[in-house]
Amino acid sequence: MSELLKTEIKQKDRKKLLSVGFDVEEKQRSASYSILNHQEAGFRSHSPGIELMPIGQALNKYPELKKSYFWKLVDPDQDEYTRSVYETEPVGYFIRVKQGHQAVLPLQSCFFIKTERFKQQVHNLIIMEPESSLNIINGCASAEYVTAGTHIGVTEIYLKKNASLSYTMIHDWSEEVEVRPRTAITVENNATFISNYISIKKSKITQTFPTCYLKGNNASGIFNSLIFAPENSVYDIGAKVILRGKGSRAEVISRTISDGGKVIARGELVGQKKNIRAHLECSGMLLKESGSIQAIPVLEACHPDVDMSHEASVGKIAEEEIYYLMSRGISEEKAISLIVRGFLDTKILGLPAYLENEVEKTINLLDGSF
Amino acid sequence: MFGRCTILEIKNLFVEVERKAILKGINLAVADGETVILFGPNGVGKSSLFMAIMGFPKYKIKKGQIIFQGTDITRLPASERARLGIGMSFQRPPSIKGVKLRALGEIINSHKDNGDRIEYYSRILKLDQHLNRDINLGFSGGEVKRSEILQLLLQNPILSLIDEPESGVDVENISVLGKAIKRLLHKQDRLKKRQNSGIIITHTGLILNYLNADRGYMLINGCLTCSGNAREIFELIQKRGYKECQNCLKQK
Repeated sequence: MSELLKTEIKQKDRKKLLSVGFDVEEKQRSASYSILNHQEAGFRSHSPGIELMPIGQALNKYPELKKSYFWKLVDPDQDEYTRSVYETEPVGYFIRVKQGHQAVLPLQSCFFIKTERFKQQVHNLIIMEPESSLNIINGCASAEYVTAGTHIGVTEIYLKKNASLSYTMIHDWSEEVEVRPRTAITVENNATFISNYISIKKSKITQTFPTCYLKGNNASGIFNSLIFAPENSVYDIGAKVILRGKGSRAEVISRTISDGGKVIARGELVGQKKNIRAHLECSGMLLKESGSIQAIPVLEACHPDVDMSHEASVGKIAEEEIYYLMSRGISEEKAISLIVRGFLDTKILGLPAYLENEVEKTINLLDGSF
Repeated sequence: MFGRCTILEIKNLFVEVERKAILKGINLAVADGETVILFGPNGVGKSSLFMAIMGFPKYKIKKGQIIFQGTDITRLPASERARLGIGMSFQRPPSIKGVKLRALGEIINSHKDNGDRIEYYSRILKLDQHLNRDINLGFSGGEVKRSEILQLLLQNPILSLIDEPESGVDVENISVLGKAIKRLLHKQDRLKKRQNSGIIITHTGLILNYLNADRGYMLINGCLTCSGNAREIFELIQKRGYKECQNCLKQK
């Protein structure tokens, strides 16, 4: 563990980090990266197959990054947030997994806001060389005493042929923190990208709509979100997948619960080549009248031989299910909690067992919170 | 009967569902260790009577009382009634996404046995492969019934309300279910020792091949019209159908 992390992160916040999947002791991790505000607090790879360093350092070391990767997927002029990141000295991580390296243990990263009203702006770059594979857990959190702040993260991800990346984000911000990830991914032949986004805590607004280009034949892009929106929070989330490779496959699945918060669950699938398969699923559960859930699925087919579908459902918790559990001697409160927990089923994420345990722990924090 | 205590007493019960009168003055008493069969044509309110006893708010009790072991439970929530010792096997239970049968079994298991009974009962009911599945989701008709009885065995209620245990179940599995229900109702014990009671709704009467009932009741038009030997009533229904019962009522 880096000295800086040791001194800067208090015991209470370490627990918070653990709940977003970041282990400061770096046990069972192939590599670790952490940033406090804009201070790059530590980066270390325990594996020769994984190159990990601050993006600033990588840009100096490898001039070709600027030519072919850096700001090549996300347009600096996309919006005011990307523009603002573009105009700042870049901080964030650079990850490259070498050709053929199949990492067994996950890489962990931590984005931490430790000063009130801090505006954290990061730019991450991930390159998965051919035949490589990796799991990344990104834990994002703010110190316990921080109530307000901003996190803007530009992330560009490149998957070369036959590579696979599972990219899990667990968020635990404070009630007045604004979160605006701007992510784009390109996926080549037979490569697979899986994104898991989990947020069950308060934040003022979380707005993210990554774009994934399935360029290669038989490329896959999978986006799963589990969201629990408490009172006074806004979640505008989803993903856009453009299927450009023959036989490519996309899945965008969201399970959202509003406990008084406002949820917009988006999904946009664009099928451009033959034999693509794409499926969109938005399920929403509304627990309180003060909340709202809007499901906005969009399908666009530009070729006759495509298989594209969507399912969207929004409703309150089924009374029949509550009473069924109550008839087994379970209190109404506990019955609702069971149904809500079941709805945010981590099994749908298809994570490896150890990662599923991490996510499960996060979701378990919900028990008794509504 | 036999000087045993009454565990359930229903007095002059009137029940409405969505403002429609379903039960119109039910009087029924079930004694300790007794098994009672409820007969009647479709849609007369047999399941509604169960729902009202269990305490589902949709089944509004307009008049009357339900007394369980001396406690007036007419206004208690379902979870309290279950804790007092009432359990129900549903005819068409809902499925619940993400809630595993094993997880629910662990919560309701009232035996102090570290969950061994879940394994044991699920093997008996041929549900050991279903423990890690979402409750009832994609279960066949027979699997749903077996899962209901599994849950009741774990809960071990004093009074079991069993709604059509054999509908949708294939012949082979009926004996599995029959034996499990026999166990649930302590049928292996001598009457004096027997503690668990049950009310069973049956259409086909097949369940009577696996266990003896103490009495049968006929429910028609929201009223219990006659009672007697369960097997005799069933044979009569088989011979003449429910029409005969309707005619009999008119004659009265």
